[in-house]
Amino acid sequence: MLNRMINDFSALTEKANFIWRETLAIHRRSPETRIASSLSPIEIFVTLYYGEILNHFPKDPLSPLRDRFIISKGHGSICMYPILADLGYFDKDELLRVCHTGSFLGGIPDPIIPGYETVNGSLGHGLGVSTGVALALKSQGNIKDVFVLCGDGELHEGANWEAAMFASHHKLDNLNVIIDDNSIAMLGRTNDIVSHGQLHERFAAFGWEAELVDGHNISALYNVFNRMKLRRQNAPKVLIAKTVKGRGVPGLEDMPLSHIMAPKHETLDALLELKK
Amino acid sequence: MLQGKPIAMRDALLRRIERQMAVDQTIFFVTADFGSPVLDDIRANYPNRFVNVGVAEQNLINVSAGLALEGYKVFAYAIAPFITMRCFEQIRVNLCLLSQVRPINVNLIGVGAGYSYVVSGPTHQCYEDISIMRTLPVIRILSPSDHLSSAAIFDTCDEPGVRYVRLDAQILPIISEIDSNDLNFGFRLLSKSNGNICFISTGYMTHTTKKIINHYTHLSGSITHIDLFDLTNFNRDSLLTLCGGSKLLVTFEEGFGGRGGIDSIFQKIVASDLPKTKFLSIAVSAKYSFEIGNRHELHNLVGIGLEASIEKIDPLLKSIDFL
Repeated sequence: MLNRMINDFSALTEKANFIWRETLAIHRRSPETRIASSLSPIEIFVTLYYGEILNHFPKDPLSPLRDRFIISKGHGSICMYPILADLGYFDKDELLRVCHTGSFLGGIPDPIIPGYETVNGSLGHGLGVSTGVALALKSQGNIKDVFVLCGDGELHEGANWEAAMFASHHKLDNLNVIIDDNSIAMLGRTNDIVSHGQLHERFAAFGWEAELVDGHNISALYNVFNRMKLRRQNAPKVLIAKTVKGRGVPGLEDMPLSHIMAPKHETLDALLELKK
Repeated sequence: MLQGKPIAMRDALLRRIERQMAVDQTIFFVTADFGSPVLDDIRANYPNRFVNVGVAEQNLINVSAGLALEGYKVFAYAIAPFITMRCFEQIRVNLCLLSQVRPINVNLIGVGAGYSYVVSGPTHQCYEDISIMRTLPVIRILSPSDHLSSAAIFDTCDEPGVRYVRLDAQILPIISEIDSNDLNFGFRLLSKSNGNICFISTGYMTHTTKKIINHYTHLSGSITHIDLFDLTNFNRDSLLTLCGGSKLLVTFEEGFGGRGGIDSIFQKIVASDLPKTKFLSIAVSAKYSFEIGNRHELHNLVGIGLEASIEKIDPLLKSIDFL
């Protein structure tokens, strides 16, 4: 059993490396995409999709049997494109046309893309919409889970905290929020701009069950996601996933201005060659 | 034959919703801590399909979007300036944009159109909502003038879409009966004439316009009066048939003039289809006002009261030899 799990985690790690390369390749072809914020949540996405955490149906993306997954930090999810293509949501050749005329894969993903639930990009919307979805599922007696991915920067939007109050008041324990806490917004470190303090404590003060995790540690993510899915104790759940923005790209990784920086083509070419 | 005495527009519409909730399990009601006597019945009778998000209009819209994504027909209820302006971007992104990709049914009910919160001042009064909502291409804007038209609007809310219903906060006299033809046309023809003069009003201003027409008793055979309540989907051809040959067309609204309200709709129509028609907008002068007074006094201060309107209309009538 232990060996099997180790093998599985090894396979997930290999998949994360594959997605990292594919994401860099997309950015190499389409520099309009936000690369740094798309490198921090790779292991989160890989664990959710390939670790069989999410119930999802590539050939029927809006199946009523799916878990709902709302990706609030739209810009920073370009790494979802190769995941969705790899899983069969759409043809892999589409990855060659990101941001090109006629493609449905833009610089910020929208629900015209199979696998995306909501309109993203404008920050601070996903959590509120998710609370409505979670309330609806509860009201209908639907046991499916609602997952949400938010960035730490977008938590400066006040609407998130309206939703946070609402979710705990209504005991939305089918709601699982993941914060991709790469600790950098657009113009610098989030806590230098307006400090969140200890984010997990802040959510806990709002009545949420809050956990911290290394957002690049796949086995840790796998365990905590499974725990979140099983746990329904009359409180919404939040996972603060500590991540690194621009991970693995020299000159970009953890740089305060990484959101608006673009790595040089030679850097990307060297990295892609190196990791073949 | 007009039935019964007037009631609040919100109670008329909410009663239709409350009755339908008994047979339609897919209706969900969301309020931003704003009430009404009928709302008490909804809360008591359907606690699983009612939620109060508190004074949090951004979340009101977001929660409504989420509920609608899961198949609920949602009615979201708040004070008019707050449900249109505090959460404009939530309406834009999570209702309007989203509705073009995924079918959702969300109906925003805003109470307190125009000056109906008379003594509450400019925060609670609402002179921008029509203009602001008209900038969103997919939203249907409904502006009834009495409780009968308010109740009838419920019949437009069954299909997927995003709608904004703006209601007066005061109990207003009944204008006229309304039938399915009126709903299809998006307006009520209140008086038909030889077509020389056309008055088009919406909401509370339909009542003022009726008084203005009474003032011009000698012109009663010349003035066509249209109560426009569907500001986005009205039948343009039918309306043009009624006012196509007019020498003068006047619009009446309780909103800022020249900023995208119904005057903008008809300025465009006059420019494109009625080149010989003179046009006048009776609308709120472009300035906020902190004065206290009754609605009639406030309206005259901003140029839309009975006397202020007549003062603007008289010269136009003279120019077409009707005075």
